[in-house]
Amino acid sequence: MATKYIRTPLTDAEVSDLRAGDQVFLSGVIYAARDTAHKRLIALLDQGAALPVDLKGQVIYYVGPAPAKPGQAIGSAGPTTSGRMDPYTPRLIGEAGLKGMIGKGSRSPEVKKAIVDHKAVYLAAVGGAGALIARSIKRAEVVAYPELGPEAILALEVDNFPATVINDCYGADLYEEAIARYACK
Amino acid sequence: MARTITCSQITAAVEQLCREANYYLGEDVRQSLEKALAREVSPPGREVLKQLLDNATIAATEEVPICQDTGVAVIFLELGQDVRIEGGYLYDAINAGVARGYTGGYLRKSMVYPPVDGKNSGDNTPAIIHTRIVPGDHLTITVAPKGGGSENMSAVGMLTPAAGYEGVKKFVVETVKKAGPNPCPPIVVGVGIGGNFEKCALLAKEALLRPLGQPHPREEIAALEKEILEAINCLGIGPQGFGGRVTALAVHIEIYARHIASFPVAVNIQCHAARHKSVTL
Repeated sequence: MATKYIRTPLTDAEVSDLRAGDQVFLSGVIYAARDTAHKRLIALLDQGAALPVDLKGQVIYYVGPAPAKPGQAIGSAGPTTSGRMDPYTPRLIGEAGLKGMIGKGSRSPEVKKAIVDHKAVYLAAVGGAGALIARSIKRAEVVAYPELGPEAILALEVDNFPATVINDCYGADLYEEAIARYACK
Repeated sequence: MARTITCSQITAAVEQLCREANYYLGEDVRQSLEKALAREVSPPGREVLKQLLDNATIAATEEVPICQDTGVAVIFLELGQDVRIEGGYLYDAINAGVARGYTGGYLRKSMVYPPVDGKNSGDNTPAIIHTRIVPGDHLTITVAPKGGGSENMSAVGMLTPAAGYEGVKKFVVETVKKAGPNPCPPIVVGVGIGGNFEKCALLAKEALLRPLGQPHPREEIAALEKEILEAINCLGIGPQGFGGRVTALAVHIEIYARHIASFPVAVNIQCHAARHKSVTL
């Protein structure tokens, strides 16, 4: 377990340096997207059409933020449950070059396989800490699907966004390791 | 003698409760998190608990939502039978309060209708309203925003009477184990036992309104609460699933009479942000 400071977009080398359990502070631009946006992105891949944002080397944060108060860059912005994005994620990694995902909760075997096969990484932010996390988000801009409201795709400029590596590109899973370590015998 | 309460009073009260429930974590929850921090042995788990406590302070200070999932507006009414509602329809007054609270309070709007391929209402209506008629001339309103993540991990089991309390324990622990890191542990577990299908689910939600750690008044139910909490915390899931001894902050059970052939049990999982606020008019 180590502390790493990294910037987006991510490279194979950077992702290879991350291990399950590492504490990561992320800076640069990441994209907010969740259920409905993912569905639309996959529909575009099906049509062979261009995506509204270039996801190569990029990180998607699974978040539907609260509205910003005047003077705020973004409202409370903690992670949503990542498993709902599992049906869409392997193709975004394999075909669109998505490199990192931030959310909370377990991922499917298919997603974990895509992470290993394509050198990606899945991180968790603390669920229920949306007010704290919002402080690390300096700017938020709608870049696609504004009609979706809290489910629009946003470009987020983040500075030392706190996250923990759950699934690394070697196949390790922090959630599974944690239970093995702390369950009563 | 009827006592009059106006729709505008109700709307104003609900508006305020929506904001307060989302900005201010209850003192019982904060204390429970602090005790959890003292008890937790896992370093990543402790770090999570510190972040959650910091988060609660930021939310209260800045008056921003504790969590971006500001929830379905679940509303419990205890309506005195000697109350007369004046100025319109009670449920419209409540929904007007929800719309104003979520809009003016910069809370996220999360209600979509119809449930498949529907459109967001844009103001977080309709609320889900549960009403109980009680003696007296007061109206007590409780707003309990319920997040989607923990709600999705909840379950109802139609057990048989032969299952007994051991069967209840097994069903609850299995439900929590299956939920794993998804509902943002540490969690609060509401359990309903008895009634029928819909009653046991409502009991489980009502159980979440009890101050954290307050045991059930019946001795054998209080013992069951304690036993189930210990079993859950033996799972090792820990805060956020990062590992640890505190997977749940509390288990609360509510009970009701049942049909001789049935033994319904509901598990309503609540994330650690066990949000609710009440007012009596």
